[in-house]
Parts: sequence; structure tokens; C-alpha cells
Amino acid sequence: MIRLSPLNRRRWQNFRANRRAYWSLFIFLALYVVSLFAEFLANDVPIMVRFRGETQFPIVQFYPETAYGGEFRTQADYRIEEVQCLIETGGIELCLDDPIDALRQANALGTVDGEPIVPGWTLWPPIPYSFDTINNLGAPAPSPPDADHWLGTDDTARDVLARVIYGFRLSVTFAFVVVAAASIIGISAGAVQGFFGGVVDLIAQRLIELWGSVPSLYVIIIVAAIIPMNFWLLVILMVMFSWTALVGVVRAEFLRARNFEYVRAARALGVSNARIMFRHVLPNAMVATVTLLPFIVTGAIAALATLDFLGFGLPSSSPSLGELTLQAKKHLQATWLGFSAFFTFAIMLSLLVFIFEGVRDAFDPRKTFR
Amino acid sequence: MNLLSVTDLAVSFRQGGNVTRAVRGVSFTIEAGETLALVGESGSGKSVTALSTVGLLSDAADIQGSVRFEGAEMVGADQAELRRVRGNDISFIFQEPMTSLNPLHSVERQITEALTLHQGLAGAPARARALELMHKVGIRDPETRLASYPHQLSGGQRQRVMIAMALANGPKLLVADEPTTALDVTIQAQILELLADLKRAEGMSMLFITHDLNIVRRVADRVCVMQNGEIVEQGPTEQVFTAPAHPYTRKLLEAEPQGHPDPVPADAPQILSSDGLRVWFPVHRGFLRRTVGHIKAVNDAKLTLRAGETLGVVGESGSGKTTLGLAVMRLISSIGRIEFEGEDISKRRSNAMRPLRREMQIVFQDPFGSLSPRMTIEEIIAEGLGVHGVPTGRAPRDAVADIMEEVDLDPATMDRYPHEFSGGQRQRIAIARAMILQPKLVVLDEPTSALDMTVQVQIVALLRRLQERHGLAYLFISHDLRVVRAMSHQIMVLRQGDVLESGPAGQVFDAPQHDYTRALLAAAFDLRTIGRTAGQGADS
Repeated sequence: MIRLSPLNRRRWQNFRANRRAYWSLFIFLALYVVSLFAEFLANDVPIMVRFRGETQFPIVQFYPETAYGGEFRTQADYRIEEVQCLIETGGIELCLDDPIDALRQANALGTVDGEPIVPGWTLWPPIPYSFDTINNLGAPAPSPPDADHWLGTDDTARDVLARVIYGFRLSVTFAFVVVAAASIIGISAGAVQGFFGGVVDLIAQRLIELWGSVPSLYVIIIVAAIIPMNFWLLVILMVMFSWTALVGVVRAEFLRARNFEYVRAARALGVSNARIMFRHVLPNAMVATVTLLPFIVTGAIAALATLDFLGFGLPSSSPSLGELTLQAKKHLQATWLGFSAFFTFAIMLSLLVFIFEGVRDAFDPRKTFR
Repeated sequence: MNLLSVTDLAVSFRQGGNVTRAVRGVSFTIEAGETLALVGESGSGKSVTALSTVGLLSDAADIQGSVRFEGAEMVGADQAELRRVRGNDISFIFQEPMTSLNPLHSVERQITEALTLHQGLAGAPARARALELMHKVGIRDPETRLASYPHQLSGGQRQRVMIAMALANGPKLLVADEPTTALDVTIQAQILELLADLKRAEGMSMLFITHDLNIVRRVADRVCVMQNGEIVEQGPTEQVFTAPAHPYTRKLLEAEPQGHPDPVPADAPQILSSDGLRVWFPVHRGFLRRTVGHIKAVNDAKLTLRAGETLGVVGESGSGKTTLGLAVMRLISSIGRIEFEGEDISKRRSNAMRPLRREMQIVFQDPFGSLSPRMTIEEIIAEGLGVHGVPTGRAPRDAVADIMEEVDLDPATMDRYPHEFSGGQRQRIAIARAMILQPKLVVLDEPTSALDMTVQVQIVALLRRLQERHGLAYLFISHDLRVVRAMSHQIMVLRQGDVLESGPAGQVFDAPQHDYTRALLAAAFDLRTIGRTAGQGADS
């Protein structure tokens, strides 16, 4: 258990006293933790397979179809009837020709064409589709919600619910990674500028002004045209253009705090600059930083969605909420697409806003002191 | 009839379920033409008492009892009635002249505002009355000063403007809440003389709030001594000063740094010396930022300091005292030779200075600002040990406990945070932080100025004891000449960066050579102005 300082304990109590923020944090964490295990929740590969008395975990391990007596050496497609039949009968050959008949015989007689079977079974995730699983639908895609696809399918016949779960995870992870990296860079840059001031500050501020006037969208479009886009490349590009947001606040706090008497006292003690910045000044700057973080987090989520919507973001195979929104725009008749995208964004952003509102109140010195 | 009579006044503040009883059972009266002083240390309820007379406290205050001004009840009176009295019959002067004037309004506008409100004067008559008032409070060139803004005036001038505003409607009662505390001693003497003259000329009564007994003795007819929200003693000034009845009054009266430091042994080694020490800040002008001149914060200071010796640096605000202290510690850049233990350190780079930091320490004025609010007392005191290493064979916690005992703090409190301590205790913490490294030189930058009188005496005693025990050399910076006299072997008088006079303490105090030193001493010890006519002083 981490020992909190009295100040932080009071902040935590203040946060908990804000019921809306506290419950939002609880719900958000629950949703995010669940989505971290999305593979166990929505996947087109079974969690567990019992085949010829042997327990297998295809979700974490690769099994070719040949392992079940099939013909292909690629990964077994567990959703087709042939493979289902092979697993449930223990690899009877008739499954490859007439799986329906083989299964009927196996269920009724316990043998197939006189051959004894070794019974097997598969354990599926609650949603037996992954975000990129292309389903065989009886109707043209996008198909409306039904018992199989609770939120319907999109225009390439992929399950919307699975895409929303993976998309939520991707959006939030993307935002957190971007914000963490941008904060570290922004706080360091602001701290150095504010603490040393003078020429360092002057030059760095001018460079930041130049950098800030670079149109980030065009840079991302140009880079995307040259290099195929992926998650980490997009993170790097986003961090490159969002770290400057924090510099101003942190710099101002450091400029103010570097003349505080306790900073002077530390200097008189011979404490090194790095240590003064870390121990004495940074805790002061953190309050201002925390109040800015929500805007950066929601900004990062919105930026990812925007890029995906415009088609300059992640490849279209990835589970993107922005791409879902784009499909909703293209297929206005498929209202489930629009509603899914809208509610996902609305719930996710509202929870984050409520949480950060509580955090900001908890850090408010008027509420923490006395 | 009494002008103001306060009977059984009780004020309490509610905050989040806590009730703080700031004032309890306070009763006093003020006759016409009389000056009553409310004396007490910080938190004794002086200001709250004064503010509650005209309902100037916030809504969180609960006021009980009775306040009658010319027979009319003020407690529970409606806002219109209170507004008629405020600024008209009862005027206020506050402590901080910078923040009590609106920075965006010119002097003329600030003064005429009160005239317009209560007398309906506007335009030329208001302007004429404003000029008359400014002349009365001794502001030179009132015509040009009318257009000035607060930031263009000195502290003393701002306080004069405040007084002019307070006088605008010919009040019957002037409430002065620590009106001279933020001012330099020579200006303080001028303002006190001005207030006394005005009181006589206008026939006002005055309610004077202060923590400084010397001021009380000088201005007040009667005194109320307050402690923890109660009046513990009241009576005519002479009587209270010559025959104090209450132990707290006696304690306050005795709370004056006494005596002189022990002489320094003749063979004491020299710790610090400087010659031609200058701190000049360049002034840049124009497009090319050429240096057109310098602000001479410290100009050619020469000093020597031996082990066990105290050099008192005195001067008013802006005289370069603190700059000098920071310069000899090499915390700001300077020109000129600084010798520490026989070695010239003026050329050392900041990294090379670091090992020397253990030998030279500094204690700052503000015990609230000099302790990092997010660190425990142990962390604060032990910070120097982290840099310079713990004495061998000791745990840092033991070293911290020892030093806390030495400065009379309870070592059991070392896991607490600074805000849980009083001002005096915090200053002890700051001293402990400096002493734990066993330095040879300690720069004390106004270490007692932010503290109450009784606490000041304790801190002075502590500093003297530490000096005796460890043979410390002190560079003692202060504007308070009483404390300086009790601490120093040598004195250096600074004005606007120049060393006007320096020498052994006895010589400077008893036979000052320079006019300015004489003016300073007169202002500090007798609260009198000499050498200049009152009201036309250096601040105008």
C-alpha cells in the first residue's frame, strides 16, 4: 500500500466525496479493464477446445486445420461446420465431405458410418466474432441488430459490437499513451525553460512558436502517403504536435516558483538543480498540469476519431470508432451504426469529463486547505 | 457622551462546521477627540473587532453584543444605514497601501469618489477639495500628483493618499489598522506625526490598531491589550506602561530584545571578507537593448567578519541589504573580491560552490515561504544532509532529532508538515535546516521581521545561544534597529546600495557620523523625524 501524504489523502477524500466523479471512475475503469481482455470477450477463435481428450487453448496458441484432421495448414477456421464437426467427432473424415450428416450421426448414434467417435467440444467467447471477422450473412451488409449481432454489422459484414469493444480499447489506450508521452516531454521542456529562464527560455519559446505553426494535419497526411500508417507511427505524430500544450503552464509555474524562498533555501543548501526542480518545484506545477490534462486526453481521442473519419488514420481493418462514424455517415439508413458510434463516444467522453472534473476539484487548493 | 461604545462584542466565524471564536466579551468606549489603541499579537482579534463596528466582516461572521456610534446601534443595522456611516463618520486606513488603492484609478478619482458618494460633490469643487486634502496630508506638488496612479507613488505617499481619502468627509472617528507596519521606519515616523497633527487639527477620535507598543506609547491616550480575542487589560497609556496589571501585558512590555552580544575573542579567525563588492543590474534601452546605465543594488561594499561575530546590516527597503547577503553567499552574480576562510570564492562556478554550501547557510525572512509546503519537517531539515552527507555513524533521523532539540522543537513532530506549525516554530525549523550542516557563516535575512514581538525575543535568544555554542559568524540583515542592537558587534548602514557608515556597534549607535544614520536611529527609537520637516520627507 502506498503511503499517501496527508495532502494527497485529503485530495482522495475530496474526490470520493464527489459521487459522480467517483462512480464515473469506477465505471470507466471497469469498462477499460474488461476491454483490455477483449480477446476473451469477442473473438472468432474459441477460448478452449477439447479434442480427442486433449485440452487446447487456440486463443493463445496456433493450431493448423491439419491438427484436427483437416486439409489446410493454415489456422483452423473454427467457425465453419467442417472444423466444428472434426472437433466434436475427434477427426472423422466424413466431416470434410458432409459435416451436417456426420454431426447428425454422431449426435444420434455415437458413431459415424460405424466408426466410433471421440467426443469433443469448444468453448466460445460470449461474442464469437473478432473486430475483423467477416461474417456470412443471409442478407446484404450492413445488417440490422439481431440475436447473433447485437449491434448489427457494418458494410463489410463485421460485427459492430466487437468493433466497438476493440475500438474503445484502442481509443483509450491511444489517448493515454499520447498524453503520457506528451506530458513527459511537455513538462520537461516547460520545467527547463521556466527554471533556467533567460536565453534558454527565449530560444525555446521561439522554437515552440515556430513548431506550433506547422499544420499538423497536413504533416500527418503527407507522412501517411509515404509510410503505411500504424498505431505507433500515429502515436509519434500526435505526440510531436501535442506536447507543446503543456509547456506554457509548466513554464509559468516554474518561472514563478524558482524565486520562492524555499527554492532559494534549497539552493543555499547546495541542492542540485535537477533535485530542486524535481522535489521542490514540480509538485507545485503538477496542480496546473492536472487541470489541463482532461483537455489533452479528450483531445487525443477526438483527434484519432477525426483522422479515422477522414481516412488518414489507422488502416481501415483496425477497430476504429472514427471509421464506424464514417460508415454511419455513408449509410444513413443503417441507424444502428450511427447510434453505436454516438453512444460509444458520448459515454466514453462523458465519463472522462466527469472523472477529470472531480480530479480538478480535488486539487483545488480552496477545497484542500482548511 | 461616548462617540463609540462597544459592549460585550463577540464575533465567531463558521467554516465547514467549525466555529472559531475570534472575539469574546470585548467592551470599550472612545470619547470624542480621544485616541484608543488596540494592542495585541497576530490572531488576537484586533482587526476583527474594528471591522465589526461597521459591519465590514464577511457573511461567515456571527456578531453578538452591541456597538453604538453616537447612540445608534450598529450591530444588525441595515446596509443603507451602515453605508451612510462608513467612510463618512467612520473612516478606515489599512495596513497595505499598495493593495488598498485601486491600481487602475488615478489619485484624483480615488479621493473624489468618497466626496461624490457622501457629499454629492463633483467636478471642480470636488477637485478643489481633493487638492486641499492632499496639501493637508503633506503631498508635495498636489496638482501634478492628482493625475498619478498608485504604482507611481512611493509607499509613504500611498499611505498619505489613503489618509487623504479617509479624511475626505471629515470623519468623527478614524480607524487605523496597522497603518505603518508595511512602511520603513523613517516614513513610519512621518506618518505617525501626520496622524497626530491631523487628529489635533480636525478634532477626530482615533481607534489605532497595532502590535507595536512603541507606537502605542507615542500616539494613544488609552490602551486596550488584547489576547486570544479578549481584552485582558485597559487603561490610560501611562498607567498601562508604568504599572501593567495583567501578566500578558508585562510579557508584551518585556518582549524587547535586550542587552548586547558577548565580545568576540581577539584571536577569532576571519571567516568572511569582501572588498569592492558590487551588484549592478544593467538597464537596457531601445531597439538594440544597449546598456544605458545600471541599477546599483550594492555598490563597493567592504566587510570583514570573524568567527563568533555578528555584522548587522541595516537600511530601509530597497537599500540593498538582502542583495548584499545573497551576493556574499554567491547566490547572485557580483563583481569584487569575496574571501571565505582566506580563499577567494568570487570566481568559483556554481558547481564548485556546492561543497562550500555546507559552510555557509542562509535563513530567510518569511517562515511561511521558505519551507516547502509539500515536505515533512524531517525531509526539510535533512535535505542538506542528502547533499553533503550524514556525519559518519549517525542515522539522518537522529541528526534531525538532535538539531530539533537544539532549537527547542519537539523531535516527535518531525513527521508533520509546515502548515501545522506557528510562525515562530517555522522559523526554528528554518534555523535547524541551516544549523544541521554545522556551518561557519550564517546569513540571517530579516529572520525576526515576520514574527510577533514575544516570539522575536525567543528567536534572538536562540540565535545568540547558537552563536556562542558553535562560534558562528552571522551576517544579520534587518530593518529593525532594536533587534540589530541586541545582536550585532559591527554595524553597516546601507542606503540605495551605498555603504554610508560602518563600524563597531557601540560607535554607530552612540555617535553616528552620517545624517541618515541619525535620522534612522531617531525614527526607530523615538519615532521622531529629524533633519527634515515632517510631511515633506524623503518619500515625496
